[in-house]
Amino acid sequence: MNELFAFLLSGVTIGFIYTLVGLGFTVIYNSSGIINFSQGEFVMAGGMSMVFLLYAGLPLGISFILAIMITSLIGIVLYKLISISKDSSQISLIILTLGFAIFLRGLAQVVFDKQLHTLPSFVGDGTIEIFNATLSYQAILIMVVSTIIVISLYLFFKKTKTGQAMVATSNNIDAAKLMGINIKKIVMLNFVISSVIASIGGILLTPITSTNYEVGIMLGLKGFCAAIIGGLGNPFGAVAGGLVLGILESLVAGYVSSEYKDAVAFVVLLAILFFMPGGIFGNTKSQRV
Amino acid sequence: MMLDRLNINKQIIFLSMILIIAPFLFQNDFHYEIAILAILNAMICIGLNLLMGYAGQVSLGHGAFAGLGAYISVILTSNYEFTPLFSIFVSILIMSFLAFVISKPILKLKGHYLAMATLGIGIIISIVLEVEEEFTGGTDGMSVDSFTMFGFEFIDSLQWYILVAVLLVFFIWMFENLINSPFGRLLRSINDSQKAANSVGIDVSHYKSIVFVLSVVIATIAGSLYAFFSGFISPSEASFSHSIELVVMVVLGGLGRVYGAIIGAVILTALPQFLTSFEDYETLIYGAIIIVVMIFIPKGIASLKLPFVKGSA
Amino acid sequence: MLKKYSVRVLALLFFSSFMVLSANTIKIGAIVAATGPASFLGDPELKTLQLYVDRINKNGGVNGNQLKLIAYDTGASPKKAVTFVKRLINQDKVVAIIGPSTTGETMAILKFVKRAKIPLLSMAGAVAIIKPVKKFVFKMVATDRMACQKVMADLNKKGINNLALISGSGGFGKSMRKQCKDVAPSYGINIVADETYGKKDSDMTTQLLKIKNNKKVQAVLNAGFGQGPAIVTKNYAQLKIKAPLYQSHGVASKKFIEIAGAAAEGVKVVAPPVVVADKLPANFPNKKIAVQYKNDFENAYHTQVASFGGHAYDALFAIVEAIKATGSSKPTKIRDGIENLKNFQGVDGIVNMSKKDHLGLDTKTGMVLLEIKNGDWTLAK
Repeated sequence: MNELFAFLLSGVTIGFIYTLVGLGFTVIYNSSGIINFSQGEFVMAGGMSMVFLLYAGLPLGISFILAIMITSLIGIVLYKLISISKDSSQISLIILTLGFAIFLRGLAQVVFDKQLHTLPSFVGDGTIEIFNATLSYQAILIMVVSTIIVISLYLFFKKTKTGQAMVATSNNIDAAKLMGINIKKIVMLNFVISSVIASIGGILLTPITSTNYEVGIMLGLKGFCAAIIGGLGNPFGAVAGGLVLGILESLVAGYVSSEYKDAVAFVVLLAILFFMPGGIFGNTKSQRV
Repeated sequence: MMLDRLNINKQIIFLSMILIIAPFLFQNDFHYEIAILAILNAMICIGLNLLMGYAGQVSLGHGAFAGLGAYISVILTSNYEFTPLFSIFVSILIMSFLAFVISKPILKLKGHYLAMATLGIGIIISIVLEVEEEFTGGTDGMSVDSFTMFGFEFIDSLQWYILVAVLLVFFIWMFENLINSPFGRLLRSINDSQKAANSVGIDVSHYKSIVFVLSVVIATIAGSLYAFFSGFISPSEASFSHSIELVVMVVLGGLGRVYGAIIGAVILTALPQFLTSFEDYETLIYGAIIIVVMIFIPKGIASLKLPFVKGSA
Repeated sequence: MLKKYSVRVLALLFFSSFMVLSANTIKIGAIVAATGPASFLGDPELKTLQLYVDRINKNGGVNGNQLKLIAYDTGASPKKAVTFVKRLINQDKVVAIIGPSTTGETMAILKFVKRAKIPLLSMAGAVAIIKPVKKFVFKMVATDRMACQKVMADLNKKGINNLALISGSGGFGKSMRKQCKDVAPSYGINIVADETYGKKDSDMTTQLLKIKNNKKVQAVLNAGFGQGPAIVTKNYAQLKIKAPLYQSHGVASKKFIEIAGAAAEGVKVVAPPVVVADKLPANFPNKKIAVQYKNDFENAYHTQVASFGGHAYDALFAIVEAIKATGSSKPTKIRDGIENLKNFQGVDGIVNMSKKDHLGLDTKTGMVLLEIKNGDWTLAK
């Protein structure tokens, strides 16, 4: 019985990270219909940048801000690359973002290195005990920060003018243009938001699971699964999808087989795609023949 | 019609000549290796191209099908004492069945959803191959017995080269005939507009399934041959990276153009070998090439106005 | 007529000078996992090879011939190891191969070196590499079986009977797990838990939770190498598991301590003696060469020595000794030379090879039990 709670806790912790990654996908998809297959690499870029900035001797706060800025720059570069590409068919964009992911991984190998890197917890090594399960301060930090990000995003989209403009753009791009909304700026801003979210996720996760140039692959894919499970295009969906996925993974690893842990995300993905392509919460744009 | 025929035969003859001349440029066994690998990749790409270019279905999991088909052939040969040829045959049957069953629900999806579903299946397959160690040897892979065909053992690289080169020409010839047949025309009409095809009474999903199965069968054959040739197989054959490589080969070469698939396969197979001196930068350069091509030549290299390369679309 | 003749002479001179030049280079291949999950192993191995090949060449080479090191990085992928071994054999035409760094990679390439009749000096751990003995395959590091024995001897000393295993799923982890299960009964040890994790896993909390909740467990042994055990150790501390943790020689590197951080405190590690070379008792048989290697490496690279580099040193010098002894740099002769090594002063211990024993190390000089105190290695009590 103790075990169950421990599994749930670790599931929720990683679930919040999946949420952040999934939100990143959702934000870009909503504004431009593009699936960014390099989203995971943004997470990696955040974590790795943070590690190396700290190694270089910069203080925690500054490293944090710089790491986020670096990742945002990468997001802008991707946006620019997409805008100048001659062919914007789905397959071309899929390959382009995949190629960008490979490029970022290669860049990380060269600029950073190929080793595994870790960071000490940002809030000390303390833990609290709940029902005999230990929860580290870092995990609590992840949960708190993620929740803040989700709420901030929600408020941003609902209450601010720019946010509302973004929603309008995703709902009806032509109407938005007619209203004088600068689509290009909106889309670019969405890429930046997505990068910021992703990099924060990567930074927060590093003290728990370490980071290296390859972590983006699986994180990106699972984050995407989370977004689809919740309902692609639906921010609440990304949140729900992330948590559901994290918990399911943890439970399967604990009670069924730890070796098949990674497969959980994709099995659930397939189940959703076949039976409920709109995801748990349904999404705004379903694509079925 | 007659002129079309002539063109196709000319292309095949040209390709055959290249295949015959190439070995004289090889200085050692390793060059043969690369060539054989490139040809086998080209085969998978032809099938993938049929699926993606003609039937319009993206597959981000084809490496897994090639890998799984290969594992089945290898396991049947090593553990159950079937002959390699028979094992491949059985593997084709199993993979066809699997592909058919998968195709039904999957091909109902469109665009990103289809891509993700194929990706999901591919990753699940690669994880199963890694985890089920008793059958597959796990992440460290397993050794593969040598390949014999009717009692003749293929050891020499030259022998393998001849085998795969002949097969390649055969597959291309089959492919061309398929594309120019009524079946091929049907495919193109489906690709152009599914709704229109549906309205004329064509069972769209049926044809899409057939193409899917065909592409998986070719992948199984090529994948199996690669395992036998290499003497070693590991789950990385079925990995997501390998699947992406294949898709990039097809798109780089030119979606919908069979010779594009070959060009893409050759370039991307040979590239890592040239980059080993820049080992540290290999991934970076690979990614940069993909980005540059997708931005500036999205229709692939074969779409560049080169005199002797004509697409079939 | 004269022109034709002189052209022929020139051609002859030209080509023979080539032959003379190329006769001077002895090409040695190396397959190392310098990056990726086994980089703790491959990186120091590669650095060691580069350091000493350079040094040997500066001192006139071997028998007057310069050495050329052709090294490839596999990232611990057996598939890449297969590709590179073929390249080394067919394209680079090396006379001997050092490596690979890991068991999985070694097992994958065995048949290729056998076919090519080129000696392979593996730096990997599993006993299966040299048992049964393979004509062209040698091993430069103590086996996983020996590591198990060392740990179990310590458990006996401490009166502990119930051991939990948590192993990596790669070749070495899998093999060591099997070896430990095999030797346990003869030490009176019961294996009461048996968990595994994948090569690239980043979190082993689930497996460790199961061990933590198993009341029978008195000690835990982690069989693996590279980043896996570091993560296991971190998770172990996070979960506040009280039982003593033992690690294999797959982690005998400062990198392990760096990544595991404070969690590494008190962890016991089986390791080749070079890691604590200067703390060894004065009468330890190969103390001198271990200390010398340690100093060489640390002065050249400004980073703490790792045991894995020692395997590379031993491999390289075994080849050099063999060439000197047989006076030939032909692969088969090198192989013979290595097989006949007696009383070879290796960093890993004194090596005595024979037709039946392609390892040549014994448990006494090949391994010591260490404990991590204050972020550094000490000899365990």
